Amino acid sequence: MPRTPSLLAPRGWTWLLAVGAALTVAVPVLNALPSGSALHLPDYLVPLFGKYACYALLALALDLIWGYAGILSLGHGAFFALGGYAMGMYLMREIGARGVYRNPLLPDFMVFLNWKALPWYWWGFDHFAFAALMVVLVPGLLALVFGWFAFRSRVTGVYLSIITQAMTYALWLAFFRNDMGFGGNNGLTDFKDLLGFDLHAASTRRGLYVASMVTLGLGYLACRLITGSKLGRLLLALRDAESRVRFLGYSVDHAKLFAFTVSAIIAGIAGALYVPQVGIINPSEFSPGNSIEIAIWVAVGGRGTLLGPILGAVLVNFAKTWLTGSIPEAWLFVLGGLFIFVTLALPKGVLGLPSMLGTVLRRRPAAPLAGEERAP
Amino acid sequence: MMRVIRFFLLVLLALAPLCGAAHAADDFQTLLAQLASDDFDAKAAAIRALGALGDPRAVRVLEALSSDGLYTTSDHKVVIAVESGDGYALTDPIDGKSLGTVTSDAVDQVMVNNSLRSDVESALAGLMLFSPRREDRQRAANDALKHPAPGRIPGLKKALAAEQDDEVRGTLRKALAAAQLSSTDKSEQLAAIATLSDSTSPEIYNLLAERRNASNLDPAVEKALDAELHAIAQRIRIIGFAATLFEGLSLGSILLLAAIGLAITFGVMGVINMAHGEMIMLGAYATYVVQQLFGAFLPPQWLDAYLVAAVPVAFVVTALVGVALERGIIRFLYGRPLETLLATWGVSLVLQQLVRTIFGAPNKEVGNPAWMTGGISLPGGVFLTWNRLVIMAFCFVVLGLLALVLRRTRFGLHMRAVTQNRDMAAAMGIPTARVDALTFGLGSGIAGIAGVALSQIGNVSPNLGGIYIVDSFMVVVFGGVGSLLGTLAGAMTLGIVNKLLEPVAGAVLGKVVVLVAIILFIQKRPRGLFALKGRVAES
Repeated sequence: MPRTPSLLAPRGWTWLLAVGAALTVAVPVLNALPSGSALHLPDYLVPLFGKYACYALLALALDLIWGYAGILSLGHGAFFALGGYAMGMYLMREIGARGVYRNPLLPDFMVFLNWKALPWYWWGFDHFAFAALMVVLVPGLLALVFGWFAFRSRVTGVYLSIITQAMTYALWLAFFRNDMGFGGNNGLTDFKDLLGFDLHAASTRRGLYVASMVTLGLGYLACRLITGSKLGRLLLALRDAESRVRFLGYSVDHAKLFAFTVSAIIAGIAGALYVPQVGIINPSEFSPGNSIEIAIWVAVGGRGTLLGPILGAVLVNFAKTWLTGSIPEAWLFVLGGLFIFVTLALPKGVLGLPSMLGTVLRRRPAAPLAGEERAP
Repeated sequence: MMRVIRFFLLVLLALAPLCGAAHAADDFQTLLAQLASDDFDAKAAAIRALGALGDPRAVRVLEALSSDGLYTTSDHKVVIAVESGDGYALTDPIDGKSLGTVTSDAVDQVMVNNSLRSDVESALAGLMLFSPRREDRQRAANDALKHPAPGRIPGLKKALAAEQDDEVRGTLRKALAAAQLSSTDKSEQLAAIATLSDSTSPEIYNLLAERRNASNLDPAVEKALDAELHAIAQRIRIIGFAATLFEGLSLGSILLLAAIGLAITFGVMGVINMAHGEMIMLGAYATYVVQQLFGAFLPPQWLDAYLVAAVPVAFVVTALVGVALERGIIRFLYGRPLETLLATWGVSLVLQQLVRTIFGAPNKEVGNPAWMTGGISLPGGVFLTWNRLVIMAFCFVVLGLLALVLRRTRFGLHMRAVTQNRDMAAAMGIPTARVDALTFGLGSGIAGIAGVALSQIGNVSPNLGGIYIVDSFMVVVFGGVGSLLGTLAGAMTLGIVNKLLEPVAGAVLGKVVVLVAIILFIQKRPRGLFALKGRVAES
């Protein structure tokens, strides 16, 4: 695991932010070029890149607690999905009377279920500000309550992983139910527009991409701030020797709870940005498999670094997009193989590769410096 | 005219049980002739009377009537006719002799309408009470019990007098009582209620409840009905609870089979094996392959034995995969439980896709052998299927054998030693690496056996393991790691609680409630119900 002091080296993260900013600007600009132009970026790639940015943000959230605090949550897909559902509910309300049933009061699926009134938990989702608040509040509160229970009774390690998995599994089952009022199996879809912008318009998609990239940048900065602070050191310390930190008088539970909640909120925001770009949110996002997959993004990139999860999420998902398109049968083999290979051979992920090669070749005994490591 | 006929028939009916065969034959001929009447009311009366007669010949006549095969000849004789060539082949319904073939002009069809058809049907149902086959009689008696009508009383009485089989007699008596419920005679009603009193079936409950709602009941009858309704409801509740308990134990035994292997690997080695579900799946596919091989290479009478052969095959196959997994991957990850979790998840994805590639994505069907189909029917409509009973017994056999291995063999001793203190065990010369490999093999092998059991109650698909993995983890976490007793208690509790919640909250919500309860339970007992105590627990 790269040592934290390198995080504080200013050169590294300014580089990263510069590259990020360049990407944020370049994609929409290239997409806006006339379609005949050689540099034109096809329309379908913009939401795809936006999706990658959301995944990267989600991976970053998981890395904050797994890489830094040693808590492997197998339920981060649930926080992501909850954020997504909050956004989806707002988008559902935005449809208004333009649904198939032309009902001004109820979303289509409720009309279909023969419901007469809007359930109370849908109140307020007509307003974007309220929905945005819920995007943060719902995953945050769930994480706070869940984490409080779990950390207080010192559920750690694999036990914690398993009960977070049970949490997402329970939500998965629950959201499949039609009478939960979240669209059941089909979830929420057929969105029309967001804050008055048509979701199918290329310009809106560019805007969403920029928003995702900017949020990713902000998420990166927030995580950098946390990990670079004294609290970050505490997290690292309790990851490596929890009892010792506890005996030194630190409140381990509170530190963990803070990191867990922040991480859940970031995951929720990622979900909220993801939904308008893919146009659907359904219970499959809660499936336990999805949550474990996030862990492999982080592991591939290199956990305990902030660049690693971003890189890993993009790499793995790019491979997924490519393989599921060209040879669909091979994808699960590759993904499964990645899980095995990375844990066995690449414990530090792709970012650890240079240092591993260095050790093997005996050229440089020390870990790489911050600059090298941050370079995307 | 009608009245006279009806009166005549009623007299006949009343006399019917008393009369001998000779008389019955005469009645049969009279009624037969009446079928040819132009008056539909008379026809209906004749049909009902034929139904109550209990004469086997009536069956053919009524069947012919309902399939438009009953005709009259020019001399007003009623015959059964079957189209043959240009004309009709006639049969005498009285003695069953052939009457030769006539042209279609020579006979007239006996007309029926819809109301007559339904009369024919119920008459046939009544006649089934006299069928020579026991199953037919039983079915007819049950049918009479379900649709009681005062008009059936005479037929039922007659059938009861003729019946030899005890079970059929019991049903007939109930059916008779059910029909007598709406009798006008108070003492007969009370007697009927008393006859129905030991019932446990919801149908009889509904019947009584319906009767209870009827107007102008005698107070004594009303009281008897109320007491009876209460008693039956009570019994139905108790039986329902017992049935739920059985379902819970059945689910629990399945969960136990699925979780034992996990408890061993987790308990002894501290390894979270996410590919455990896939071991179950492999076991189920091994069963499928054994079944196909038996079907292909052995004589058919051997096919039912495939299940017996599948158990060791599944055990060996999955145990070998388990040992390979431990030697190839897991041993490099000891001390890094979270990485083990991820790596074994990867293994599970690969195994799933591998099976999907080899066998195809659609479900495979593994048939129950003959000795596992069917079940035991208990009073109150509870049906215990053999496959569930066998799985339950099988599960306890496996648990017992495992306990024996752990307690009585050298390998078991080593395993327990490693569980309690790995370093000390190694220092005492126990080959911990080999124990680890064998333990993992054992755990996986038991998962394979669980797969054999699961193949008997559902379809075999590549996703089979995924269905059980979260539940198995819950069992282990709830029961406590490294304790067979804990796993047993955990599995049975979860199974029963799940089934108890199902009717209240619905299957899905019940499961959600159980999951939430476990998450809360872990607060109180982070190491499960039966936690290892002392120093062992510290690691």
